[in-house]
Amino acid sequence: MSNLVLVEHEGGEIKAATLNTVAAAKAAGGDITLLVAGSGCGGVAEAAAKIEGVAKVICADAPELESQLAENYAPLIVKLASDFSHVWAPADTFGKNIIPRAAAMMDMQQISDITAVVDADTFERPIYAGNAIATVKSGDAVKFVTVRGTAFEAVAEEGGSAAVETIGGEGDSGLSSFLGAEITVSERPELTSARIVISGGRGMQSGENFPMLEKVADKLGAAVGASRAAVDAGFVPNDYQVGQTGKVVAPDLYIAVGISGAIQHLAGMKDSKVIVAINKDEEAPIFQVADYGLVADLFQAVPELEAELDKVL
Amino acid sequence: MKVLVPVKRVVDYNVKIRVKPDQTGVETANVKMSMNPFDEIAVEQAVRLKEAGTATEIVAVSIGPTQSQETIRTALAMGADRGILVEADADVEPLAIAKMLKAIVEKEGPELVLLGKQAIDDDSNQTGQMLAALMGWPQATFASKVEMKDGSMDVTREVDGGLETINVKLPAALTVDLRLNEPRYASLPNIMKAKKKPIDTMSPADLGVEPAKRLEVLKVVEPEKRQGGAKVESVAELVDKLKNEAKVI
Ligand SMILES: Cc1cc2nc3c(=O)[nH]c(=O)nc-3n(C[C@H](O)[C@H](O)[C@H](O)COP(=O)(O)OP(=O)(O)OC[C@H]3O[C@@H](n4cnc5c(N)ncnc54)[C@H](O)[C@@H]3O)c2cc1C
Ligand SMILES: Nc1ncnc2c1ncn2[C@@H]1O[C@H](COP(=O)(O)O)[C@@H](O)[C@H]1O
Repeated sequence: MSNLVLVEHEGGEIKAATLNTVAAAKAAGGDITLLVAGSGCGGVAEAAAKIEGVAKVICADAPELESQLAENYAPLIVKLASDFSHVWAPADTFGKNIIPRAAAMMDMQQISDITAVVDADTFERPIYAGNAIATVKSGDAVKFVTVRGTAFEAVAEEGGSAAVETIGGEGDSGLSSFLGAEITVSERPELTSARIVISGGRGMQSGENFPMLEKVADKLGAAVGASRAAVDAGFVPNDYQVGQTGKVVAPDLYIAVGISGAIQHLAGMKDSKVIVAINKDEEAPIFQVADYGLVADLFQAVPELEAELDKVL
Repeated sequence: MKVLVPVKRVVDYNVKIRVKPDQTGVETANVKMSMNPFDEIAVEQAVRLKEAGTATEIVAVSIGPTQSQETIRTALAMGADRGILVEADADVEPLAIAKMLKAIVEKEGPELVLLGKQAIDDDSNQTGQMLAALMGWPQATFASKVEMKDGSMDVTREVDGGLETINVKLPAALTVDLRLNEPRYASLPNIMKAKKKPIDTMSPADLGVEPAKRLEVLKVVEPEKRQGGAKVESVAELVDKLKNEAKVI
């Protein structure tokens, strides 16, 4: 068994999801090689070489890999993949974009968004918004797997001392080009790896009310999330969305404020350790999954929560 | 420009699904089925391109059991011009779907294929990327905004960090995200008109694709149930319990 894990990085930093993905690869067994692709990504490769349990780092450094376009990235994976039994990536927008393209180029059926490694060929994955868990076994020569980060405990960022091999890219496909990005900047922790998340829904009524949640978040060191309804209504940007088709989170504490608890929202947060719901409708389905439900008007309860936290923190 | 829209028949998003007692899958008999919600967004986008004079013909394709015809009819009622039904099992894997779509693309010659970003039953999020790979086309996934240019398009994508804009040359495969548009409801006259629009029926073999399974489903089970439902009376009680009982703050 031998594993190739795609390293997700941005602005010279390795994204946390990479460490969860390495953990999944480790569970399958065998050597672990990391692939860092980018332009001027030597520093990232050096950092990747320190990750616990890594045998080798391949650093593909080429100008056309700068913006991680799938058309330039996938051929690189295809060139390397036949030396491996498994290719792994996080099941986020980075992995979901690139991995299926590489898998299809090699005539392999990808396994998406796994939550457990049963053995090297067999994986568990949620289907139907997490309302069923399928155990699937792959007979493919190279298994392309994307990993749900929240289901695997991250490996340590330090402790390894892998060798770094630098290679080039496969050239620019000429099919696509990067024009620009509007990345949400925040001082708060990343939604998918935060220990505490507080999310607002349609009940928040407008984006102007979100600072109410942000104040609580800053007291708790929490990330701020949202339901689809809150994103669709323009209260907050798209990258706040938690759910079946947004981000999956599983923090120690999830606080849902003015969120009804639709199946699609629950799919993204019901594996949180402790769930709090604040909703004025005592029939709201969110209460069925909440460990602590508070039936209250959020416009009273949230400021009160902020004040109460001041007393105990 | 011809546009192809693959539409999947799935369990309606409002249905609370049940796992079969023998653990072979999810109950779909006597369950409300609908078009995958993302595919409605894809059809809507195609119809808007036609209304803008960019698209000339919209072909809706569904791969699945005979009843997938209804899904195609929905697309026709929204404004697609004709349909193609590939009669197959309901659980063909994304790679095989992509291969069948490739065969249809080669026959039909569309310049744009609009797909959903994910089917809400298998939650795979693979087919569009796979089709693009098999065709050697560019891909634009998770699209929330599309601007057509001469021979290419600018696509804004919903990524984890926010938004990203790329330009892809045509022909291309595009997968749509929730905020691209709001799909229209078909009007009664359009539903009537859709009944007369043609649907071609074929088999995977007609397309030269053997939909063999690569993934063996060993079992399908229900997830562990959460023990929720407890209430607190006040914010003070909540904070006290979070601190002293759950010990998470
Ligand atoms: C294909 C598809 C994918 C989807 N993906 C996602 C997804 O990834 N994530 C997601 O979240 N949703 C998703 N949805 C949408 C989902 O079905 C729901 O529509 C959405 O989650 C509802 O958001 P909400 O709970 O904020 O709004 P609502 O359902 O409108 O609930 C608002 C809640 O706020 C409460 N409230 C109102 N005012 C107050 C107040 N003053 N004080 C306290 N409580 C108040 C109300 O009682 C109500 O329970 C998806 C839907 C589809 C079809
Ligand atoms: N059986 C099918 N028939 C038609 N289109 C499909 C089928 N399966 C998947 N698709 C298309 O591929 C998209 C992504 O599906 P998936 O990769 O299964 O998540 C869907 O939104 C559809 O546009």
